[in-house]
Amino acid sequence: MKIHEYQAKELLKEHGISVPLGKLASSVEEAVAAVRPLIEASGNKVVVVKSQIHAGGRGKGRFKEYPNLGGVNVVLDGLKGGIEAAEAKVKELAQQMLGSTLVTIQTGPDGKQVNKLYIEQGVDIDRELYLSIVLDRGQSRNIIMASTEGGTEIEIVAEETPEKILWETIDPAIGLANFQASRLALGLGLTGDAKKSGVNFLLALAKAAQDLDADLVEINPLVVTKQGKVMALDGKMSFDDNSLFRHKDIATMRDLSEEDPAEVKADEYGLNFIKLDGTIGCLVNGAGLAMATMDTIKHVGGEPANFLDVGGGATTENVTAAFKIITEDPSVRGIFVNIFGGIMQCDVIATGVVEAVKEVGLKVPLVVRLEGTNVKAGRKIIDESGLKVVSAIDMKDGAQKIVELAK
Amino acid sequence: MSVLVNKDTKLIIQGLGRFGHFHADKSIAYGTNIVAAVHPSKAGQIATFEGETDHSGVANRADRYKEEVPIFATVRDAIKATAANATVIFVPPPFAADAIMEAVEAEIPLIITITEGIPIMDMVKVKSYMEGKQSRLVGPNCPGVITPHECRIGIMPGYIHQAGKIGVVSRSGTLTYEAVFQLTNNGLGQTTAIGIGGDPVNGTNFIDCLKMFNEDPETKGVIMIGEIGGTAEEEAADWIKANMTKPVAAFIAGTTAPKGKRMGHAGAIISGGKGTAADKIAALESAGVVVAQTPSDMGDAMLEAMKKA
Repeated sequence: MKIHEYQAKELLKEHGISVPLGKLASSVEEAVAAVRPLIEASGNKVVVVKSQIHAGGRGKGRFKEYPNLGGVNVVLDGLKGGIEAAEAKVKELAQQMLGSTLVTIQTGPDGKQVNKLYIEQGVDIDRELYLSIVLDRGQSRNIIMASTEGGTEIEIVAEETPEKILWETIDPAIGLANFQASRLALGLGLTGDAKKSGVNFLLALAKAAQDLDADLVEINPLVVTKQGKVMALDGKMSFDDNSLFRHKDIATMRDLSEEDPAEVKADEYGLNFIKLDGTIGCLVNGAGLAMATMDTIKHVGGEPANFLDVGGGATTENVTAAFKIITEDPSVRGIFVNIFGGIMQCDVIATGVVEAVKEVGLKVPLVVRLEGTNVKAGRKIIDESGLKVVSAIDMKDGAQKIVELAK
Repeated sequence: MSVLVNKDTKLIIQGLGRFGHFHADKSIAYGTNIVAAVHPSKAGQIATFEGETDHSGVANRADRYKEEVPIFATVRDAIKATAANATVIFVPPPFAADAIMEAVEAEIPLIITITEGIPIMDMVKVKSYMEGKQSRLVGPNCPGVITPHECRIGIMPGYIHQAGKIGVVSRSGTLTYEAVFQLTNNGLGQTTAIGIGGDPVNGTNFIDCLKMFNEDPETKGVIMIGEIGGTAEEEAADWIKANMTKPVAAFIAGTTAPKGKRMGHAGAIISGGKGTAADKIAALESAGVVVAQTPSDMGDAMLEAMKKA
């Protein structure tokens, strides 16, 4: 689960990690009202207005409505004109940014609507660094990665100058050890107060990542201020969905407006659903089979409209919901139900499909392929339902049939 | 011969909820020897399983079965009383890591974890806990392990299996069934089919299974089924190139998966440009593996690999 920058910074701050002062604003008035207290508390006359969307590349991104306006704006007007000038500029920016659509390298060409702004104090930056914590699947442990190339995408650094990436493995029983944090800080060229501040920052961040079940923490840039303090200028966190049962507070941070409505609805029924651009709706059990079904549809000349794994524990109700989600997509011109029952029983799937068709009707061709646990009972339910269903003998046969029928 | 499980496997079941009970029943119907169950609050009771025998499983059995399985409070107690040598875990995700560690501590040789949705950090801790210990973990989030007509552990449909000469190893449950069914239909059959699971942190990996199959005299070829995410398939390809003496076929799911989207399995995600199906297919092909174009071609790919060898 992804969260916004302002939420990540709240969590980081709660865990003793240094972040700039900031205030969330959902309206122009709130944005303007945030300026004075920030400048007064920080003593820095610069403020930054940052778009809050679940996508990176905001600084370099541009608004559809204002092609010259970026997603992150540094307001320097306060330096000469005082607080009132800063407020006037923030007002102008907030009026343009709120409700407008920001397009970044990560949003795709449609962009994302900006509904919230984060107004943050300016920071006197001495150096920009990079820091992240991710799972290293090879070691089955989290690693903390750091680089002196702050502000640059880590993939580019890894490609061009891999020697500039420092990393340490985090032992799950011990956490990041002090000597490891110290080694990283030295590698980043931190000395004196900045080194002390950096070590504390690294230790607290590693602990927060583990305690919160974060599957990604990325601080880019991590900055060293002119006062020698190490601080998270940006903060990106995402969490292991499977751990949210023990992090109720984090679960409430989910922003449904950032997600596809059909995906949100599917999630309520415990379905793994991802909307795609094609015309063939897929209802499949198992993630691997669901992916392979998409691949096969494409292989025989069609385009899948979705990835949908009903999972192993689905009930008839879940299957009915899944079927409805597919039929509600106007681009769907045919539906392929592909089931190889293991933990999932074919009769449950068959009943769910029949119920759904009874409820919402069937306006497009339907191909069903059933195999596995309780397959005989499943086929019987479909046969006796009187539905206009085309049966398939295997996955490729089913894919060919549905692609042909949907033409 | 076979790997991991056979007719001598004595199985414990941890987690007797709806799914655990349903699939324990299917395993008994298939002929699997379930000797005990573990449930702290039901210790001393008996779990009764009865129904119609699955005649695709162990041969020469009566048409109906009735098994009374004793329930123990701990894995240690269950092993002490029954000399069990394997356990299957259906415990719900919040408690599954603890169940695995309990089994490890009791030194049971084989732990097969079916549970889907265990937090990654829990599995990181489990892996760390298992270092230097004797047990082998298969899974989590996997369909289990089956040696046809001898022992079924997990959730796979028994009837699709047929004893034969191919070792099957897969990250995906349902794609394992696809491969197995095709191998049954084309007459090659299976020695053992192993689901290693779709999580980013798991126990047994591709290379462990390839090694076992390479050493098993009955196994004449191996099919491995991978998917996007991570680099396990690439590492397996390197191992095959250097060590494998038997023909290998493969399928990789997710050729059409979009970047940055988690395709159901926690481990199936293309991130930072790594873990694409194209990279994996290229690595496998360069190791001499026959890669099936679609999952419906897995059986044919295996036949082709056998012919080439």
